[in-house]
Amino acid sequence: MKLRNIAVIYNKERVDMLRDRRTLFNMLLFPLIMFPLMTTGFHKLEARLTQKARQESARIMVLGAEHAPAVVEALRATGKFEIVPLAQDFKQQINDKVLRAAVEIPAGFGQPAAAADGPPPSVKIYYYQTELRSQLAVSSLEDFFGKQRDEMAAARLAGRGIAASVLTPVKTEAENVATEEKVTGARLGALVPYFIILFSLMGALHPALDLTAGEKERGTMETILASAVSRGELVMGKFFFVLTASLLTAVISLTSYGMTLRYTPPRAAVGAAGASAKAFVASFSLKSLAIVFGMVLPLAVFFSATLIAIALIARNYKEAQSYVGPIMIFAIVPAVISVLPGIELNPKLALIPILNVSLVSKEVLSGSYPWGFIALVFGATCFYAAIALGIAVLQFQREEVLFRA
Amino acid sequence: MIEAQGLTKIFKDKKRGEIRAVDGVNFKAQPGQIYGLLGANGAGKTTTLRMLATILQPTSGTAKVAGFDVVDDPEKVRSNVGFLSTATALYGRLTSKEFVEYFGRLHGMDEAALAKRIGEIFDRLDMNEFRDRRCDKLSTGMKQKVSIARTLVHDPPVMIFDEPTIGLDVMTARVIVQFIRECRAQGKTVIFSTHVMSEVEKLCDTVGIIHNGKVLAEGTLPQLRERYGEQDMEEIFVKVVGE
Repeated sequence: MKLRNIAVIYNKERVDMLRDRRTLFNMLLFPLIMFPLMTTGFHKLEARLTQKARQESARIMVLGAEHAPAVVEALRATGKFEIVPLAQDFKQQINDKVLRAAVEIPAGFGQPAAAADGPPPSVKIYYYQTELRSQLAVSSLEDFFGKQRDEMAAARLAGRGIAASVLTPVKTEAENVATEEKVTGARLGALVPYFIILFSLMGALHPALDLTAGEKERGTMETILASAVSRGELVMGKFFFVLTASLLTAVISLTSYGMTLRYTPPRAAVGAAGASAKAFVASFSLKSLAIVFGMVLPLAVFFSATLIAIALIARNYKEAQSYVGPIMIFAIVPAVISVLPGIELNPKLALIPILNVSLVSKEVLSGSYPWGFIALVFGATCFYAAIALGIAVLQFQREEVLFRA
Repeated sequence: MIEAQGLTKIFKDKKRGEIRAVDGVNFKAQPGQIYGLLGANGAGKTTTLRMLATILQPTSGTAKVAGFDVVDDPEKVRSNVGFLSTATALYGRLTSKEFVEYFGRLHGMDEAALAKRIGEIFDRLDMNEFRDRRCDKLSTGMKQKVSIARTLVHDPPVMIFDEPTIGLDVMTARVIVQFIRECRAQGKTVIFSTHVMSEVEKLCDTVGIIHNGKVLAEGTLPQLRERYGEQDMEEIFVKVVGE
């Protein structure tokens, strides 16, 4: 194998692929704009929904309002509810989603201790299960009546000269002792490996297919096979370009993700973790990033070689896409699993490709460095990468693959 | 010089079992001569030529091309061969010049020699007008010229043409035919396959008629005419294949 020939192939594939708009979009543009767009999109959507929810009060109906006019008045005073006049078809209205809920106040509600020994009067709430806004109305109503209940209980106890605190003999209190870095790291750090893995796969995808099946489809495979280059040199040149695309896409997407978290207002960042996103990005040490990229390197080799080996079997680009579909699932599922709570790195999981890199990266980004696992995962990933690359090289020696009719 | 000895290729097909696409083919093609491989579709022409160009490996037998063995020394063989077929397409996103340069570099040429050679070829084939145009923007005739330039860039002593004129219009086909004659004039060993009888009559010094993977008859045109008592190539072909 001549290094010069590999370099000639690599350079030609680079020029060729960079003139392809799809490459530019998948490799550079998409990873660059995805996170800012997603974040601002999320921000806008969230703002709009909150505003809408605030403006809208829940339409409810009160049955038996005459039993507790003061309570109904208090209900109205919360501003959360729009109380509509009584109608007999309230159940139908709830079903038609005209009405969010109805509440039935029983006779004798709120009467001073008189009936205190009998069964307590129960407030009935009618609602539409699975309808989100109906359930929201229910929880608001339950909140409201919960407070009413507490006030009544306190009032009754006071009437008998007992302090309300007797009802809570013990209090529990939870205090978080994990460092800020670990908390945010665990939350956002779980996503980072997922993004890196996803994007290193995505970056490799188009070039891997285009330089194998695409080449067959356009009839240039025979041209290149008839040149002086050896098949080993050919596959290595192609492989190195696919690898470059994969790593470049991963780096661009990660940079874009980091920048987005850093430079958007905290409210915009995803969910509750958003507030500490800046602290999280700042907490990324060069050391942890270097380790994560050290892990991603053999993984990107694994992806690139696997995609080449499989796509080469296909006769054209479309066919190749259908072959690599399952690969995408196989790659994404372990990455998703690693984000699930309660999955911890252990010697067995450290041998499962993709999942191991995802898990160990999560650890590293949240500030702990389990060196034994880091070495194990790196070694295992290198091993799988070497096998995949070996298969890709062998595929290029197989006539039934290259000239599949 | 090309010398095939018992060249055989067996494909394994799941449905049809073993297919002997080329079955013990022997022939010799001399420098400064054109050897024509005449046969119907599926006769084994393409497979034979692909083995000579080392794109496929023979199942058994071998061939010597420009002094190198196709089995033992495939890379040396490819360095000494220019291979052209209708299946050898261009990289559409490269310009004509980049495309020819690419193959020159793969043949190990240094940049100075490459630049000089490309200048010569582009002048000779009248290609300067579209040297910086992308290959996917070229007409069929221009594309053929670029392909010819590719096969010539490393100045190989042996030229292999696999049905080079198939699907081309008259004018473009003429460019190819003219080019094949020039190769002979320069003393190159030329082998080409076709199923067009008139091309054989126009071009070939020696003809091999291939059918079901076997060379059934071989000789110069006058020899074949005498042996089969026919003047017309088509009649000779039918007699050979029908036997």
